[in-house]
Amino acid sequence: MAEFVLTEALKKMIGKEEPLLIYKVEEGAIQRYAQAVGDSNPMHSDVEYAAQSPFGRLKSPPGFVGWPVTSGFDMFQFVEKLIAAGAPRGNLDGGMEYEFLSPIGAGDILAARIRIASIVGKETKLGPTMSTTVEITYTNQRGAVALKARHTFLSF
Amino acid sequence: MAKQIFYEDVQVGSEVTTLEKIATTRMLVQYAGASGDFNPLHYEEDFAKNLGVGRPIVHGLLKRAWLVNLMTDWMGQEGTLKRLSCRYRGMDYPRKMKSFEDPVDGDTWYCKGKVTKKNDADHTVECEIWVENSKGEKNTTGAATVMLPSKAK
Repeated sequence: MAEFVLTEALKKMIGKEEPLLIYKVEEGAIQRYAQAVGDSNPMHSDVEYAAQSPFGRLKSPPGFVGWPVTSGFDMFQFVEKLIAAGAPRGNLDGGMEYEFLSPIGAGDILAARIRIASIVGKETKLGPTMSTTVEITYTNQRGAVALKARHTFLSF
Repeated sequence: MAKQIFYEDVQVGSEVTTLEKIATTRMLVQYAGASGDFNPLHYEEDFAKNLGVGRPIVHGLLKRAWLVNLMTDWMGQEGTLKRLSCRYRGMDYPRKMKSFEDPVDGDTWYCKGKVTKKNDADHTVECEIWVENSKGEKNTTGAATVMLPSKAK
């Protein structure tokens, strides 16, 4: 089986930032996400209950934003870019790490900074595999970092 | 809602309250819509077959969201989730539906966790966490840190 080769075009993508994404957190989006996940905490679904809470508004479940989740990040365009630069065509999610720094609620406006932290080749049970780590930092409208995410993406 | 758990209530080795989940193809479509993850791998038979995973698989991101749900249910309204990470080590397959009332038999997933460390300085608790299917396979494993309220104020 062929070994994975890190092309010059892929090397050039390491450290590169994607265009800044701006995402507004809507009540309905929080409710639909919590329902899809099966999270029954009323802070994510009951507008009245959340309004009476110290937080004062619907709170998103941690992980509501992330990769590529709900924030309008076009994952397929991103994958096409990797493939055009020499990445193998098959792809699977490898895993993630989140650091939750401040809660995200309805009405928040988040700016997502997305950067390719590393691209490395390794042997996995999928065969020769390219592992891409993407770092995403979400900052809210008050200038506070809400979430730092690292996602690993496998191409094989 | 379960009653509030306090930092003093847990010890190294304490178990996080198990959370049970199922997934049908319909639920995966619902998750795709709610999350924006429209990868055909989760609903297109031929696409999944061509990728080499047999048939459509449960989103890694959904299993991740279940693990978040495991921790937030356990820590209660006064707890704070600080960190969570997970890795996907194998595929999980959704149940199929014959009718609205009848999702055919298939996997049930058990989200579980165990306390590995307590930090008195900031009342944080570190846990190993995982999703186990009916065959006992741990295809998603990870770690989480939560801050719990303290009885000693």
